[in-house]
Amino acid sequence: MQALREFFNSFLLVELLKGMKLTGRHLFSGRFTIEYPEEKAPQSPRFRGLHALRRYPNGEERCIACKLCEAVCPALAITIESEEREDGTRRTTRYDIDLFKCIYCGFCEESCPVDSIVETRIYEYHFENRGEQIINKEQLLAIGDLYEPQLARDRAMDAPYR
Amino acid sequence: MAQLWELSLIMIQITALIIPVLLTVALMTVAERKIIGKMQLRQGPNRVGLNGWLQPIADVLKLIMKEAVLPSSASKGLFIVAPLLSIMPALAAWAVLPVAEGWVIADVNAGLLYVLAMASLGVYGVIVAGWASNSKYALLGAMRAGAQVVSYEIAMGFALVGVLMAAGSLNISAIVEAQAGPIWNWFWLPLLPLFLVYWISGVAETNRLPFDVAEGESEIVAGFHVEYSGIAFAIFFLAEYANMVLISGLAAIMFLGGWYSPVHGLPLIGPALAWVPGVIWFGLKTSFFLFCYIWFRGTFPRYRYDQIMRLGWKVLIPVTVVWLIVESVFVITGFGPWF
Amino acid sequence: MIQLTIFYIFAAVLLVAATVVITSRNPVYSALFLVLCFFTSSALWLLAEAEFLGIALVLVYVGAVMVLFLFVVMMLDINLAPMREGFARYLPVGLGVGAVMVAEMALVVGSSSAEFAEGAIASTVVEGGDSNNVRLLGNVIYTKYVFQFEVAAVVLLVAIIAAIMLTLRRRGGTKHQEVAEQVAVHKADRLRLVRDPRGKHDNQ
Repeated sequence: MQALREFFNSFLLVELLKGMKLTGRHLFSGRFTIEYPEEKAPQSPRFRGLHALRRYPNGEERCIACKLCEAVCPALAITIESEEREDGTRRTTRYDIDLFKCIYCGFCEESCPVDSIVETRIYEYHFENRGEQIINKEQLLAIGDLYEPQLARDRAMDAPYR
Repeated sequence: MAQLWELSLIMIQITALIIPVLLTVALMTVAERKIIGKMQLRQGPNRVGLNGWLQPIADVLKLIMKEAVLPSSASKGLFIVAPLLSIMPALAAWAVLPVAEGWVIADVNAGLLYVLAMASLGVYGVIVAGWASNSKYALLGAMRAGAQVVSYEIAMGFALVGVLMAAGSLNISAIVEAQAGPIWNWFWLPLLPLFLVYWISGVAETNRLPFDVAEGESEIVAGFHVEYSGIAFAIFFLAEYANMVLISGLAAIMFLGGWYSPVHGLPLIGPALAWVPGVIWFGLKTSFFLFCYIWFRGTFPRYRYDQIMRLGWKVLIPVTVVWLIVESVFVITGFGPWF
Repeated sequence: MIQLTIFYIFAAVLLVAATVVITSRNPVYSALFLVLCFFTSSALWLLAEAEFLGIALVLVYVGAVMVLFLFVVMMLDINLAPMREGFARYLPVGLGVGAVMVAEMALVVGSSSAEFAEGAIASTVVEGGDSNNVRLLGNVIYTKYVFQFEVAAVVLLVAIIAAIMLTLRRRGGTKHQEVAEQVAVHKADRLRLVRDPRGKHDNQ
């Protein structure tokens, strides 16, 4: 009896029809695609994209040149030089990140005691000339200034979990 | 003068048939990508005009612009002839296919044989291309394709023998007329095993998934057309799809009653749908089979080569032979509405 | 007029192709020109309104026989020089066979073409212009020549069996799969569902 049923199953292509039923059902089940330039996937507040240096609300830059980020960076992408300023505080004179070396692990952000170096949600950027991939302190600060409201909001959202 | 007129009339008829076929091919390429995309929860092409439906035009333009590379150690003449050898039979077979009542270029008596002969010629393009390329992948692909097509041709031929036994004629128009009537009068029902065998071997004959070992991207890169590029590749592509349209059209004619509507000859609803021209029904039936091609491609994994050979020789051919015997009993006893 | 022109074109192509078949140095080209020969001769038969025979020629010879032929020729790596060595030696034999064939053809064609035209075939031609020669051929084969036809069929069958027996070698020690067994396998034969005694979610 079992053998007979198998015989008919194989001749009536039952298993194949089952497979076709599955794909046929998916034909109408709607797409999963996000059409990238027009639509974008939702981002977490912890998204790790392009870097930025933040300032305090009074305009003073946060970075105190402790070089923790430089030390923790597994890709050796960060280069920092520092000097004492006239008011006696220590500040960076140079803060370069090589974005080709950077692996966007977020360790710099984790290690920063003053929340200065952060990774923004920006992930669409490109370079047109050799050397442009190394971004310096001015550029990092400019990015920070531009996205400060969102950066502050993201840190606030993440704060309860830290 | 009269002969010249007749000749130009034939030319016009040929153009009027070939252009819709090629348009179907163009639509088929984009429909395939879209439908498979939908089955895999993707989008498919949707950028080039009208939500992606103008994609084939862009593809053709791209392929025409590209350089057709001629490998230095290829057999030059054959390398160039091969794509033509593969497209020619695919288009030539349409000469005897009636797309609607009386709409046929050559109403020959041995029409079915002619179609079979043309279908068997398609393999030359593949074999010649594989050999002329002077490449191992291409030769392997050609050998696989050749063996596969020759094997499945037998099963396909036997399946069509069943059709001609049922219809009592080799003339394709007569075969369709023998199926006049509603959907259960068509040959798919009494010849169901032969219908399945025909369709499976039709898929194998066109080297489509799940029988596409001739191309086998994962083992022999692209099989017989690895070395082809530009317009020569485009012609191979065209030939593959034209063959698919041909096999689908044949299936519609042989088993699904060609130009007859599914309710033909029924009281009430039959006359109500009589205004729909036969070519529409034929087109719908052909499209159904074309959709099945895509559906199969979206569903089944590729057969292993020895399994293909086993299926063809040890399963399909015996099934056809058995059913031919059963059918001859039907024919003698005049069974059902069909014989 | 046009028919005559077409006939001469095809005839010329046929002769040229046939010549190339035996003169070409590359066996693949020879085989392909033989295909062209079959094709053009089938076209000639179509011109003579023998469409069944013409199409059958393409179907059988071009579609099946020559494909297998090409297969073999393409797989062989033929060194041409030794093949040409015996040319002069075999020439007389070849010419002799050729002469016999020409003589036979002449006899067949020349032997009172009246019988050829009116005898066997014309007797079955239906008056009234229905030139469905598939039907005519069927009528002749299955009535008048049924014995010869069946003998030919038996000879073919014997040839098929002989070919299979010649190539069927059973070698021991080869690995192969029993596809039927593979297909017949069941989930129940190989898979045993075990309940995890630790419970549902604790699988650390």
